[in-house]
Amino acid sequence: MNKIDFSGTKSFTSTRNACALCAPLGATLAFRGIENCIPLVHGSQGCSTYIRRYIISHFREPVDIASSNFSEESAVFGGSENLKTALDNVIRQYHPSMVGVASTCLSETIGDDVPMALREYSASGRGDGVPVVQVSTPSYRGTHAEGFRGAVRSAVESIAKGGTSDGSINFFPPIISPEDLRHLKDILKDFGINGTVLPDYSESMDGGAWENYYKLPAGGTPVKAILNMGRASASIDIGLCVTAPLSAGRFLSEKFGHVFYSTGLPLGIEACDAFFRILSELSGNPVPEKYLKERGRLADAYIDAHKYLAGKRAVVYGEPDLATGIAQFIEETGVKTVLCATGSRGMSAGFSSSLPQIDGVKCALADDADFTTMLELCRDLKPDMVIGSSKGFYLSKNLGIPLIRAGFPVHDRFGGQRLMHFGYQGTQQFFDRIVNAVMEYNQNSNSIGYSYI
Amino acid sequence: MIKAELKSFSNISAEKVKDSILNRYPAKVARKRGKQIIINRVENGDQVPEILANSRTIPGILTMRGCAYAGCKGVVLGPTRDILQITHGPIGCGFYSWLTRRNQTRPETLSDANYMTYALSTDLQEDEIIFGGEKKLKKAIEEAIALFNPKAIGIFSTCPVGLIGDDVHAVAREMEEKYPEVNIFGFSCEGYKGVSQSAGHHVANNKVFTDVVGQLEMRKEGKYIVNILGEYNIGGDAFEIERIMELCGFTLHSTFSGNSVYEEFASAHNADLNVVMCHRSINYMAEMMEKKYGIPWFKVNFVGAEATAKSLRKMAVYFGDAELIERVESVIAAEMENVLKVQGEIRPRCEGKKAMLFVGGSRAHHYQELFTEIGMETLSAGYEFAHRDDYEGRKVIPGIVVDADTRNIEELTVTPDEKRYNPRKKNDEMQKLESAGFTFNDYNGMMTEMKDNSLIIDDLNHYETEILIEKYKPDIFCAGIKEKYVVQKGGIPMKQLHSYDYSGPYAGFIGAVNFYREIDRMVNTKIFSLVKAPWQESPELTGSYVWNK
Ligand code: SF4
Ligand code: SF4
Repeated sequence: MNKIDFSGTKSFTSTRNACALCAPLGATLAFRGIENCIPLVHGSQGCSTYIRRYIISHFREPVDIASSNFSEESAVFGGSENLKTALDNVIRQYHPSMVGVASTCLSETIGDDVPMALREYSASGRGDGVPVVQVSTPSYRGTHAEGFRGAVRSAVESIAKGGTSDGSINFFPPIISPEDLRHLKDILKDFGINGTVLPDYSESMDGGAWENYYKLPAGGTPVKAILNMGRASASIDIGLCVTAPLSAGRFLSEKFGHVFYSTGLPLGIEACDAFFRILSELSGNPVPEKYLKERGRLADAYIDAHKYLAGKRAVVYGEPDLATGIAQFIEETGVKTVLCATGSRGMSAGFSSSLPQIDGVKCALADDADFTTMLELCRDLKPDMVIGSSKGFYLSKNLGIPLIRAGFPVHDRFGGQRLMHFGYQGTQQFFDRIVNAVMEYNQNSNSIGYSYI
Repeated sequence: MIKAELKSFSNISAEKVKDSILNRYPAKVARKRGKQIIINRVENGDQVPEILANSRTIPGILTMRGCAYAGCKGVVLGPTRDILQITHGPIGCGFYSWLTRRNQTRPETLSDANYMTYALSTDLQEDEIIFGGEKKLKKAIEEAIALFNPKAIGIFSTCPVGLIGDDVHAVAREMEEKYPEVNIFGFSCEGYKGVSQSAGHHVANNKVFTDVVGQLEMRKEGKYIVNILGEYNIGGDAFEIERIMELCGFTLHSTFSGNSVYEEFASAHNADLNVVMCHRSINYMAEMMEKKYGIPWFKVNFVGAEATAKSLRKMAVYFGDAELIERVESVIAAEMENVLKVQGEIRPRCEGKKAMLFVGGSRAHHYQELFTEIGMETLSAGYEFAHRDDYEGRKVIPGIVVDADTRNIEELTVTPDEKRYNPRKKNDEMQKLESAGFTFNDYNGMMTEMKDNSLIIDDLNHYETEILIEKYKPDIFCAGIKEKYVVQKGGIPMKQLHSYDYSGPYAGFIGAVNFYREIDRMVNTKIFSLVKAPWQESPELTGSYVWNK
């Protein structure tokens, strides 16, 4: 192991072209994966407007996020009245099955006590008994990755109840695409697993054209299913970087005494094998033939494309679980990760420890993972490709190398919500994208213009 | 797709629509929204009903509005390429305003400064929130100077900054003393100020006026020197306007702030005329420059071919030179040839179709021109962050009630500059122009130009959008990206008028043609008819394929 950790050696104070979004964004995305739930961002309306705008640019779907609309007065004297009015209004207009309240830097800076405001709210009989889940998401303490996990954790903490085991299994994925989520659910079905996936924005953030009008887009994990999560026989955190306080799976298993698994994002053959092994164990069913075939095709593709990829060097960035997942996956294919970066702070411990097998990979964490610092590092690292969200475009443009888009946000290509990063099938698609990017680059940088490449 | 309750506009009553919006609100909300949703009626040429605007959005209502920071950093200063911008605050605010407005810019050479692709942020952490972030900000400024050596640095405050008591202005002064060759200034544009982006426009105007305009004595070559205020070069609009200006023989001294550089701002007081595109975001600057330097201003509109022609003519008459007037006429004649040709081709396909526009503080008005030119009608329109004067005209300004949210935005007292005040037109010249029907400092507002019974809605929200499309079923709906997908799910083509859906330009003559074609493609698309599968339309089709018969 020869991993170079850059944290603490940061040469710049300012963050130049950040590699992370803010915490309430992650929380609202998670809340949109609960059926008929409306997120409410507690702070000035700017935050919620920016967040809506940003999520929409990736998913190209309606995104309803309310705000408690702080004024200068509420910023000074506290926003609990605003929060209560906001709850009244969203509940009246949307009849949601749940409201997910995420705080902002503003409400946290003034020390607004949201739990107390919510207690007062329900004690005064307002809110029609609609459950309100709150998560503390100041961005000066965490990024969208932590906000996402935090919201899921809060939801199970405040909603899940115990009871006789129903044999179901809980799954807590990191931020993955709606297509990934659909695939995960298919896999569970094929194993005969009665699974609850939280959050599940596979439909709500990538739905069809509507025949009828919906107040809130359909789809998502039903609140009732969250309620039943305490009765499951196991909980699985997908993604190894989740810290204990952010882990919904750990919380449930400790509170309700069921089995807990933590497994990496199933991206790449080994990570998928590990995931499928768990599913097989838990369901008592062998891995369905279909997936063995997918695995076979994937291995075959690795072999076929080895001539294009072997020895190539990649820069990888994203949320901790995704970035480490990608690094593990491409390592299998012969691509070396020379720099693996995440803007996340809260989950950086897991981030570093998830990369032990890769020799010589540089990790850039938190502050060091802004795109300008990454660019400076790349001058020596000489990568051949960049893998991550659209925000790496300038990095790739500056370096003159291809960007293979993955994760969130992807707003300069179409279909970000259908990019896959999950399972053998998702790995296959991802792999094809990488190989094709390299082939395209080779073809374009070749003066003769071969059409066999 | 949603079925329209009533099929055509002519038999849709604006009152009914208004009622069906209001009756789903609780009494208090309904009372307020009732004043913000107005059925238009124009009397005596320019008398329209009063609308409640620039008023705080009710919590929990999904507004289109953003914050003061967005208006200051994103809108007004964002399009400038060589003022280095540092966001002082946690990371999100800076990240979200990183090139999102998609203003275009064109540095003269590759080595010219262009900081638009950078998003610098102090990325405040918990420690700084507790102990203050000034030290970090100073460090960030020093780094920025070392790295880019910019002529000017703007510091933009986000919400937490105001609350932890960081004094960005003191930091700016201190750093400027240390680095006198860099003009450093801070904006108190904390997002909670005011009720929308609009507060940020005002904050931006004030600071640019006090700290940038007038710093440099430079006058561009030319006889007819103008500044264009409130043109932000979305989709290349400013490039098209620049092209037209040059053809006509005007010298464009500076544009606030599309495709602009610091030195043009700093010397803008040397121009002889200010023309205002977006009245909402920049009228403060026009007013203050007139008071301090004696530069007259009037409103123009380069959206719409006719409006462009009218604006150019007015500018020519202002300078009053026969040669200029003639040149402007010949430019218009030449440009209109193609415009009319395309209009003729497209109009029959768009005639009678209905549009709705909810955007900005001027676009909901400006773009009606383009729709009219291809025979389309505007059913309903409203602004996101405008004030009463943008709806009803500047004549109502003296009567606008100043509420607490407005009071916390500084209003500068401006007096004539001792040395540099120079009225560009003598009193008698002004009078002569005015008696010939020429108007200065004018904006008549959107409502005066809209039909009776059209529905005017300020600060439209998500829920009302749904009702509007359900009731009116317009042929096209114009707003921003936040509204786009919900409208399209409702089966209505949706045009983004903030970012233009990443196309454009739509200003000027070339822009008009682009817009006609774009709208033609949108309102005549077949896509929406594919939403329902044939067996959903008529269930009897199921199983009735040939082989089943
Ligand atoms: S204040 Fe905090 S929560 Fe709001 S946009 Fe900025 S970083 Fe995000
Ligand atoms: S924190 Fe304030 S400045 Fe930042 S986005 Fe939110 S409202 Fe705007």
